[in-house]
Amino acid sequence: MTAVPVAAGAASLNAARIVAGAHLALRRIAGPAIVLVLWHLASTQGWVDPRFVPSPVTVLHALQEWMFGPKGASPYSGTWFAHAGNSAYRVIVGFLMAAAAGVIIGSLIGWFRFVSDLVDPVIQVLRPIPITAWVPFAVIFFGIRDGSAFFLIALGAFFPIVVNTAAGVAGAPQLLVRAARMLGIRPYMLLPRVVLPAAMPFIFTGLRLGIGLAWVLVIVAEMMAVKSGLGFAMWDAYYFLRLDIIIAAMLSVGALGFLSDLIIRLIGRRFLRWSRGL
Amino acid sequence: MRGLRKRFIDIARQEEVIALDGIDLDIGDDEFLTILGPSGCGKTTLLNIIASFEKATGGEVLLDGETVRKPGPDRGVVFQEYALFPWLTVQQNIEFGLRERRIPRAERREYVQRQIASVGLSGFEQRYPHELSGGMRQRVALARVLVNNPKILLMDEPFAALDAQTRSMMQQELLGVWSAERRTAIFITHNIEEAVLLGDRVVVMTARPGRIKEIVAIDLPRPRDVTSTEFNQTRRRIGALLEDEVQAAFAAMRAETTSMQ
Repeated sequence: MTAVPVAAGAASLNAARIVAGAHLALRRIAGPAIVLVLWHLASTQGWVDPRFVPSPVTVLHALQEWMFGPKGASPYSGTWFAHAGNSAYRVIVGFLMAAAAGVIIGSLIGWFRFVSDLVDPVIQVLRPIPITAWVPFAVIFFGIRDGSAFFLIALGAFFPIVVNTAAGVAGAPQLLVRAARMLGIRPYMLLPRVVLPAAMPFIFTGLRLGIGLAWVLVIVAEMMAVKSGLGFAMWDAYYFLRLDIIIAAMLSVGALGFLSDLIIRLIGRRFLRWSRGL
Repeated sequence: MRGLRKRFIDIARQEEVIALDGIDLDIGDDEFLTILGPSGCGKTTLLNIIASFEKATGGEVLLDGETVRKPGPDRGVVFQEYALFPWLTVQQNIEFGLRERRIPRAERREYVQRQIASVGLSGFEQRYPHELSGGMRQRVALARVLVNNPKILLMDEPFAALDAQTRSMMQQELLGVWSAERRTAIFITHNIEEAVLLGDRVVVMTARPGRIKEIVAIDLPRPRDVTSTEFNQTRRRIGALLEDEVQAAFAAMRAETTSMQ
């Protein structure tokens, strides 16, 4: 909040808000702007070989053609939406599978001691294994198709979701459980009515980590195990040394990843209105 | 309550601790009983056993002749830390017990509205707990149990976290609610004035192991005037009883610290 004298009218209050808002916007834009300028200078002033680091302008042109160029004019022209759509589709399906499995299994681990003893050690051993190590199995079992990508994304995003959900459920305040029991809750309703709501902040943290990983893994999957999508385009562009396309694809993934995280954050804000500071 | 006993093992020190020993207590219908004791005397343990949050090592708790086994809405608990569900609004918090017991919606709404009005929460129905002051939160907690029409109201230092003014106001309101809809109440506190102001009888407990030292009937007419001579005589008398126990608790704590060093 901006401090404003009590006597100040609504007009000056609004003015103060606009000024504060402009300051904030400026500060947030400044960082990326500096990076862009340095990148441009590096490429155009010969600090680096422009064949290997194309300038932002070159990348922008490449992206524009990739997105809106007539199909067939060049290998990439007009194919962006198909690739991005494929990647987004895989991320959504894989992430939803991970979210469903992670929240359900995590709840059971956090709530039932028996399940925790049985399942948690398995998860803790599998968790540190890089998802890339699973690629051969994904290809053998699911082929060079969407199935491989779904599997790799779902597996990778599953771990942060399951671990956070389990921690949130296990850590649900004993006091609230007592309060609910004293109010006459049927025991099997404790999990849905008290423990899961109390664990929501943890679950959303897990989901945000999961969606971030899903974008990492869709690129991995498309580079190694599927023949379409932004990851595939990157790998393909690498063979033709179209580094401008690679950077355009990187920026696309960054933007789409940011967007999907934003969506989860907005949903979380609705769910977590009761929780301050989230 | 008959022959209640609670033992547990102090894991760090590998020895048995007797938290409560031989508590025998009869509470009359509609009686307001306050339990007063030094910290660590097992007051909260006693309340937790009555609420069935903890099991007694020996003895039993009878409510209308029946042994209590599980927590339930017949014994409404008001916690010092409020224990409201932070994701539910004031109205939803108060409605929680009725909803879990599948009371029809229309009936539920009616009870809740009436309860909200009687504890002075009208206009705050749609607020979340974090938007309320401590006093308001404790009103919600009180309404949340009263709406279930409990046979007995259990309160564990409910006003200890409030500032002096809010505390005094809440005491008056609690007495108002209690005299409007008479109900058996057990109120735990370490505050002598609060114990004497609220209670029909004051149970003074000993330092660990918790036993009943004395039960003092408070015959002062209500509303009680905390500045009156009679009130202060009673207060002094109970104060003297408690003082020995506070000393004992303090000495025990010192001995423990020394033996640990």
